[in-house]
Parts: sequence; C-alpha cells; structure tokens
Amino acid sequence: MELLRFATAGSVDDGKSTLIGRLLHDSKSIFEDQLDSVSDASQRMGLEETNLALLTDGLRAEREQGITIDVAYRYFATPKRKFIIADTPGHTQYTRNMVTGASTADLAIVLIDARKGVLEQSRRHAFIASLLRIPHLVLAVNKMDLVDYSEERFEEIVAEFGDFASKLDIGDLTFIPISALKGDNVVSRSEAMPWYEGTSLLHHLETVHIASDRNLIDVRFPVQYVLRPHSDEFHDYRGYAGTMAGGVLKPGDEVVALPSGFSSTVERIETMDGALEEAYSPMAVTVLLSDEIDISRGDMLCRPQNQPTVSQDIEAMVCWLSDSSSLDPGAKYAIKHTTRSARAMLKELRYRLDVNTLHRDEQVERLALNEIGRVTLRTTQPLFFDEYRRNRATGSFILIDEATNNTVGAGMILGEPR
Amino acid sequence: MSYELEHLRTLEAESIHVMREVAAEFERPVLLFSGGKDSIVMLHLAIKAFWPARVPFPVMHVDTGHNFDEVYEFRDSTVEHHGLRLVVASVQESIDKGRVVEQSGPRASRNQLQTTTLLDAIEEHGFDAAFGGARRDEERARAKERFYSFRDEFGQWDPKNQRPELWSLYNGRHHRGEHIRVFPLSNWTELDIWQYIAAEGIEVPHIYYAHEREVFRRDGMWLAVTQYVTLADDEVVETRKVRFRTIGDASCTGAVDSDAGDVHAVVEEVAATRITERGATRADDRATEAAMEDRKREGYF
Repeated sequence: MELLRFATAGSVDDGKSTLIGRLLHDSKSIFEDQLDSVSDASQRMGLEETNLALLTDGLRAEREQGITIDVAYRYFATPKRKFIIADTPGHTQYTRNMVTGASTADLAIVLIDARKGVLEQSRRHAFIASLLRIPHLVLAVNKMDLVDYSEERFEEIVAEFGDFASKLDIGDLTFIPISALKGDNVVSRSEAMPWYEGTSLLHHLETVHIASDRNLIDVRFPVQYVLRPHSDEFHDYRGYAGTMAGGVLKPGDEVVALPSGFSSTVERIETMDGALEEAYSPMAVTVLLSDEIDISRGDMLCRPQNQPTVSQDIEAMVCWLSDSSSLDPGAKYAIKHTTRSARAMLKELRYRLDVNTLHRDEQVERLALNEIGRVTLRTTQPLFFDEYRRNRATGSFILIDEATNNTVGAGMILGEPR
Repeated sequence: MSYELEHLRTLEAESIHVMREVAAEFERPVLLFSGGKDSIVMLHLAIKAFWPARVPFPVMHVDTGHNFDEVYEFRDSTVEHHGLRLVVASVQESIDKGRVVEQSGPRASRNQLQTTTLLDAIEEHGFDAAFGGARRDEERARAKERFYSFRDEFGQWDPKNQRPELWSLYNGRHHRGEHIRVFPLSNWTELDIWQYIAAEGIEVPHIYYAHEREVFRRDGMWLAVTQYVTLADDEVVETRKVRFRTIGDASCTGAVDSDAGDVHAVVEEVAATRITERGATRADDRATEAAMEDRKREGYF
C-alpha cells in the first residue's frame, strides 16, 4: 500500500474539523473511546452536538480557548491507501503552521464555504500550497447543502478561484463540491448533486497519482553518515549512508562526489536486508564505491553529466517563522540544507510578497512573522542545490537563530542570484 | 518499474533517516528501551540504520521495578544478543535517594515517578538526545509532537512554543543542559507497528500474545495479579485468556481479552479493534482529559 500525506487548510468555520471527523469516522478510524471522551467533553462545554474538532484539538489550552494552536497529525487507512493528515490551523501563525504541515505533503485540501466564496484566507492557503510546491491541490467547496446544492454557485466559485489560481504555479487543481456535515461527495458520490461528474473526495485521495511527483531524474545522494564497522568481518568496509534525494541510482553508475569532484563507480547499494538493484527517493540506503576517496557527511554524490548548482550565493523565497525577531539584511544565521550545515548572511531583501494580492513590495526593510520575501544569501561554504520547483529535497533549507537556536526561516531556492 | 514504495518501507526509511541524523549531529544520544513493542521496533530500526556497524549509542531502561518478569528477561537477552550497552535508570534508587516519594494505597503506581528518574539519568549521563518510541496516533497531546522535541533544562515540553519542522531538515541545536527528545516512530500507527513486526519477523515478549493469566477487573480493565498490586475487598481474581496491547508498569497496564496467539492474529485483531490501545489498557491516561499532556510537560516520555 502506498502512503499519501495531505495537509488540510481552513478555519473551523469552513468545516475543516467536520470534514476530518467525517473522513476518520467513515473510514472507521475514530475509536469508540475517543468518541466517548469527545462527546463527554462536548456535553461539559454545554454543546448540543458532539464537536468533532475536539478530536484533533488535544491540548488543554486548545480546548479551553476553542482554538487550534499547532499542527496535529491524524492517521487513517482505507483498503487502497494509508493516509497521514497534517491538520493545520488557519488563523494566527498561519504561515508558520501551514508550511510546517505542507512541506512534506503530496496534496493539500483548501476548504471554502460555499456561502462565502473565495476569501482572502482561501487565496493565502492556495498561495502557500503553490509556494511549497504541493503537487496536488483540492479546492473543496463545502456546505453545498446550505446553497441548495446549486451548480451555479459552485461554478461561480470555480471561476473566481480559477482566476486567482492562474497566477500561481499549481500542477494539479481539482474542485469538489461537498457537504462535510451531510457527507455529500466525501466518501461516496452525492445524489443531491447529479450535475457533478467528478469523483468523491476520498476516491480522489485514494487514486491521485503521486509516484511520479518525486524527482526520478537527477541523482542526488546527500551523504548523511559514514559507516565504518572496524570489525573483523567488515574490516575495510566503508559505506556512505543516506536518503535518496532524487533520481535513480544503480550499481555500476559512475558518480562524482561534491565538493571534491573526485569520481568513482557505485559498487554496491545495500541495506541490512541485502543488495539493491536500484535506489530512489525516499529510500534510506548505504552506497559503497569502488575507489577509496575522501567523502564525509554533507558531501553529495551525483552523476557526472547531471550535477546540482554548487555555490555560496543563493536566491530564494523565504517564509519568516519567528514572532520574536525579524529577518534583516546583514543578519547572520545558521543554515541547514540537505545534510550540510553552514552559516549564512542575508545579503539582500528584494521584495516582500503580499500573499493575498501577490503584490511585490520592494520598499520593505525586514520580514516579520508569517511574511514571505525574496532574498539573496551568502553562505560560508558552498551548498549543492537545485531549484526548489525541480527538487523539494535539494531546493529547501532552514535558517536557525544562532542565539536562541530556534528555527526562524524556511527557504525555497530559486537558483544563483541574477 | 513504478518506483512506488510500500507504506511500511516509507515509514522505515523516514525513521532510519532521523536516527542517522541524530547519530551524526549529537554527542551523546541514548535510546529509551522499555521492552515494549514500540521500543523494540525502534531498536530494530537503529540496528538497520547502522548495519554493519554497531548501534553507536547505548540503550536506557527507566525501570520502575514493577515490570513483568517476561519483559526483564526479554530486555536482557536482546541487549546481549546485539552487543548493546544497557543503562538502567532505577525508580527504586530514586525512591531510596529521596528524589521521589512512593505512592501509597491499593492504587499506588510508580508510573508518574519515572519522569524524575528519567530526567536525573539524562542529566547524570549528559545525554543530549533521547530516542523515544512514542507515536502520534497514540494520544491527543502526542499528535502535536515533532520528530525533534526540544526540552529545556528542566526537561519540560512547551507545546505552544514548538520549533517549526519542515521537510526532513531537523534542528537539533540546543544549549548545554537542554536536550532533544527524538521520536522516530512519530508517523507509525499501532497497526503499522504490528504489520512491521510480522514483515520483519521481530521477536517481542510473549505476553503480547494470548495466554491464560490470573486477572481482576479494575476501572474497566483486566489487571494482572502480580506482587505489585493490592486487591481491594470487592475485586475478584479469575483466569482468562488475555494479551497485553501495551506493556508498561504492571500496576497500571491492563490486558485485553484475546485469542490472538501469533503475530498474524494480532495484526488482524488490531486492524478490527474499535478502541485505542491507551484507552483500552492504560489507567494512567484516564486520570484526567489532559493527563498525558500534563505528564509530558513535566518531562515524561
């Protein structure tokens, strides 16, 4: 069975918790004791109906204040796939939460209230999904029962959102009219909307093709850990352990090690279970080379004819994640990129992007929490990177405040500065 | 060739990646090993992550002294078989030193006391990273955990102030005295664990499989009759066919009625169950609605 990771974005008012509750409930992934405890809590809070949001809002403060503080992860399975939901709250710290939940997602569901149409928040969520290069976006137009299951209303929203989406870089966009409360088009096709010819949301989640979303072209193997057993049985063993970040690597392939530029041939690719005929993302493997060359953590293996950019100068989009500091030109940070760590200085803040209008503000002096901007960075050591839209693993980095050790920035590489 | 990776292999790769990151970036990691199924799977993943080299960190058992005999035997044979270094952090010693006070009464449990013993041991040995086998599907507070969970110098978890965690880039930076709890099994479910145990042929203590045992009813659970529990007057002992879904302190870990005598039967049983494993078997989580969150804030596993 394949694993699909998806993120949900939207506020409680959009019916996000109801939708998740329904997916979990109808796939029999809500357990009786969980439901009991949620219905007890709902009663204590004086609610008439069981509030399924309480299933995901697990922290004391969340229940007391009726808000969602942080990304919650939920798990369910159908006979076709296993699913991981990153349930991201839509209000304050929205970028911070959504990028956290979305960075590894194969698909994002953005909920829209059919009565309200495309709101500022819907645009923001769609923009972040496109910025993070989530390959598949589903716009779930919810509460169709409250607009009499009107095809006309649905088409209005599709047209309105389509205008905005055409300005974004979205690979696969699907619109589904649903009622999470009544169950229309969530698990099975709704009889109330015979005009809708697409599939139910769950069917879409079960069948959307994700295997080719990974980069299977550019071989990238960031060396994570060098295995040297020093035992009698494995006396001269020298294996490079790591996780495939792109391409398909096979024994016999000629490879180049960066930054040294030395080349060698892949002798074996193995795990404890034995030798592999090929390795691809996201497999965690060990690579053995036929020559003894000096390679350590942070180095990268790639093919001679297909190498990443090697540079100390990077241009990137950065989301600022810190509420206690801002991103300022001239400031220095620790940077983590693949298995490589270095320091980075912010050279230039080119513009701040208004996530609602996509307007570029070039007069900006700094980036604050939740803000997104285009920057150039200079690093203390060369990084080996690809454009983020080509490879999420070799095109992403985080910035860390060296005083507080907090993760303060998330970066998506555009390339070398022009 | 489809290049699709089966879900267990995807989860395995993710866990191995995290363990190698920790081994590369921390000075003194330790793997928390209780002899329960999750920590057994975690140890199995560690062995795979570093094969053919040895696991480059010790394992630590926070021992309440009230565990099932089968679990102690299993722990010792596992450690010996894989040539691991075992650190035992003893709750009894914490009691003897006056660091914690033993609860009294028929419902006394050492479960809560483990937090002090764990934090003292982390400090004493200077561990800067501690692998835990907790999974996000277990409990609501755990659903909010990161793979790398920052703990301050008091071992506290602050759920409102967690570090954002993006892609597979983990931030393990910390100041002296602080540490990171690392949860490589974050994305595994109980069913994934059992499917993996079956697929890999991993050995687990026999009490995970159905067996006849003397038990009594308390708080809607079957508790085993051991030297660590005191029966109330109205509690009646009976022999039933049961198995343990979780293994923890014998005083607060309930058994469930089961005929699942081998791993495949357990996989089927877990796939069909309608009650969560902690809901079915853990008295400690029933204390209050936020029992786990409160314990985690103090530094619990």
